[in-house]
Amino acid sequence: MKGWTEKLLRVNLNNKTIKIEKLNMDNAKLYIGGRGLGEKYLYDEIDPKIDALSPENKLIFMTGPLTGTYATCAGRFNVSAKAPLTGTIGSSNSGGHFGPELKFAGYDGIIFEGKSDSPVYLHINDNIIEIKDASHLWGKDVMETTDILLEENEEDAKVACIGPAGENLVLFAAIMNDKDRAAGRSGLGAVMGSKNLKAVVVKGTNSIGVEIPAYFNKSIKEARDKIKNNPVTAGNGGGLSTYGTQLLVNILNESHALPTNNWQKSKFEDAEKISGEFLAENYLIRHKACFACSIGCGRVIKIPDGKYKGIVGGPEYEAGWSYGASCGVNDMNSIDIANYVCNMMGMDPITMGSTIACAMELYEKGYISEKDLDGKKLIFGDAEGIIEWTEKTAKREGFGDILALGSYRMAEKYGHSELSMTVKKQEMPAYDGRAIQGMGLSYATSNRGGCHVRGYLTSTEVLGIPIKTDPLSTEGKATLLKTFQDLTALIDSADVCLFTSFAIGLPEYASMLRGATGLELTNEEMMLVGERIWNLEKLFNLEAGLTKADDTLPPRLLTEPVSSGPSKGKVTELDVMLKEFYEVRGWDEEGIPNIEKLEELSIEPKSELAY
Amino acid sequence: MDIEVKLFAYFRIGRWISKRFSVADGVIVKDILKMLSINENEIGIVLINGTYVNIETPLKNGDILAIFPPAAGG
Repeated sequence: MKGWTEKLLRVNLNNKTIKIEKLNMDNAKLYIGGRGLGEKYLYDEIDPKIDALSPENKLIFMTGPLTGTYATCAGRFNVSAKAPLTGTIGSSNSGGHFGPELKFAGYDGIIFEGKSDSPVYLHINDNIIEIKDASHLWGKDVMETTDILLEENEEDAKVACIGPAGENLVLFAAIMNDKDRAAGRSGLGAVMGSKNLKAVVVKGTNSIGVEIPAYFNKSIKEARDKIKNNPVTAGNGGGLSTYGTQLLVNILNESHALPTNNWQKSKFEDAEKISGEFLAENYLIRHKACFACSIGCGRVIKIPDGKYKGIVGGPEYEAGWSYGASCGVNDMNSIDIANYVCNMMGMDPITMGSTIACAMELYEKGYISEKDLDGKKLIFGDAEGIIEWTEKTAKREGFGDILALGSYRMAEKYGHSELSMTVKKQEMPAYDGRAIQGMGLSYATSNRGGCHVRGYLTSTEVLGIPIKTDPLSTEGKATLLKTFQDLTALIDSADVCLFTSFAIGLPEYASMLRGATGLELTNEEMMLVGERIWNLEKLFNLEAGLTKADDTLPPRLLTEPVSSGPSKGKVTELDVMLKEFYEVRGWDEEGIPNIEKLEELSIEPKSELAY
Repeated sequence: MDIEVKLFAYFRIGRWISKRFSVADGVIVKDILKMLSINENEIGIVLINGTYVNIETPLKNGDILAIFPPAAGG
C-alpha cells in the first residue's frame, strides 16, 4: 500500500546490527502510524515494568502514511518509549523536516534497541546505513551538534539529536530536530542518552507515492482551502502566524485561568509583558513553518544582546507560561533566553520552568533555603534565576542536579510533594483546571501524565472551537473529552499537526488518508482508531503498575479554590467527572477496560494483570 | 456608567490597548463594537469580567469588557 514505505529499520545498539524489516501492515491498518503505530510496537516488544533508562527500553521513531507527502501540515513524526519522568507510556511528536526526510530515505520508522558501549550516531543515506562514532559530539549542545553533523555528512541532511541534558539523564530531556523543533515531553531525550545514542542523521532522495493521486490532490486542496480561509490558521494574517501560540496569554489571563506563581493564583498582573502581542511587537523577526505547513505558527525571534545574542527559535505559549506567569517573571527577553537554553541543551521547557516555579514556592514557604540553593535566593519574579537554573539543570550542577528530577521528585525529597503541580509526575501546563473544569479531567486522565494536547478541551471551553461550552460546568465534559482524546490520537497517528483541527475535521483527515493509502475509513472507523490507541496506552500504563489512584490532580486543584474571577471559589470537581469518564470509556470503576471493549477494538492484552 | 474596554491582537492596530468609557445605561456589547468600528463577524471571544458572553449582553457600571479576534493555540 502506498503512503507507507512498508520498511522499518531495526538498530541494535548492543551488537551494532542494522536490519531492514517489513512494516507490520496489519498493525499499520489498525494504528495508522506515528503515535499509534509506534506505541503498538512498543507495547508488543517491551515489558511495561522495566526501568525506562535500562537497555531493555526501546526508542521508536515513527512517521505516518502522510508524512513526506504534500498533505497539508502532515510532516510530523513521533517518538515512543517508556517514559523516565512518569513511568507511563512515553510518546511525543515533532514537526520540522526530519520526519519527511526519513520517509524520503525509504523508511517509515526506526526501532532502537539495547545500549551502545560508547557514544554513537546513526547515519542514513537512502540504503546506506551506518552506526558512527559520536565521542567527539558528546557534551556538545544541540546547535553545535547539528552543525558538526551537517559538516561531516550531507549538508542538506536532517538531524535529530540530544543535548547535554539527554546525555546527563535529566528526566525531562527532549529529542530535538532541525535545531529548535522538539519531541519535548516525557523525557525521551534521557532514554536516547541512556542508550549512548547522540543523534540520527538522515538524507533521503526518494519520493512518496500515493494510491489515488487525483483523489489525494483534491482532498489536499479542500483541506488547504479551509485552513487558508480560517482566521486562526490562515498562513497570511491568521492568529497563529501573526502572534504564535503565545496569543493565548492574554486570553487565559483575562479568563482568570492563567496559573501564576506555581498555581497559587490564576491571574498574572504582568501578563501583557509576556504576551504574544508583546513578543510580536518587540522581538519577532518572522514566522516559520514546518514541512508542508500552510499555517506557520513558529516564531523566529531576536535575543538583542548578551552571551546568547542572536536570531533563534521563540517560545510556545506553554513554555512562555512556565517561565513567565508560573515563575512570576515578567521579562520577555529572559523567558526567550531560558527557552533557547532548553533548545540548546535539549530539555522540555514546560517541565523545566514549572520545576523552577515549584522550587520558588518551596523557598517562599521556607522548605528549602539558600543552603540548598548553592547560596542563592530563589524568589518568584527572578528573571536571571530562570536562565541560570536552566543552565545548571542541563549540566546537573549543584541544585540543578535536584531540579533535573522534575518537580515531583524534587518536592518529595523536601517532604512537600503536594507543591508539585504534576499528574503522574509530569507538569501540567498553562490552563487552570479549576477555572476550566474539562481541562482538569483532561490532565487527570492523560496517559502520558500532565499534558494539554492529549485532549485540548480549552478549545471548546475557552476558545469556542468548534462550539462554546461552559468552562465551569462538569456536565457532558467526560463525553466531550473522550471525543477530543480519540480524535487527537488519530491525528497524531496520521502525523498531521493538531492545529489543523481548528479548521478541518474527520472528513478531511479521512480523505487525505484514503488518497494516500487507499484505506477507506468511515468517520466512525476513524474514531475507533483513536479509541484503540487510547485503550492501548491505558493497558501499557496498567501493566506498568499504574492504578486509578494515578488518575488524579495535585491537591491544590482539588482543595484550594480559585481566588479571583468567574471561577472564584471553585476547585476541580474531579470525582464526578472521572466516574463518568470511566463509564463513557466502557471501563470498570477502577478504570480498567473490560474484555468486551478490548475485543471491540481488536486489542489483545499481553497480561491478565489488567483484569 | 463607566466601563473599561480592552482590545487584543489585531484589534489594537489603529486603536489602543485599553480605555475607559462613560456610556449610557442599557448599552450592550454590540453597541461598543459599533462605536469601535469592529465588524461583528471579526469577533472571536468576548469576555465581561472574565466570563464569556455573546454580543447581545448588556454592560453594567464597572464592567471590564475584553474583545479578541478568533484565536487558538496549544
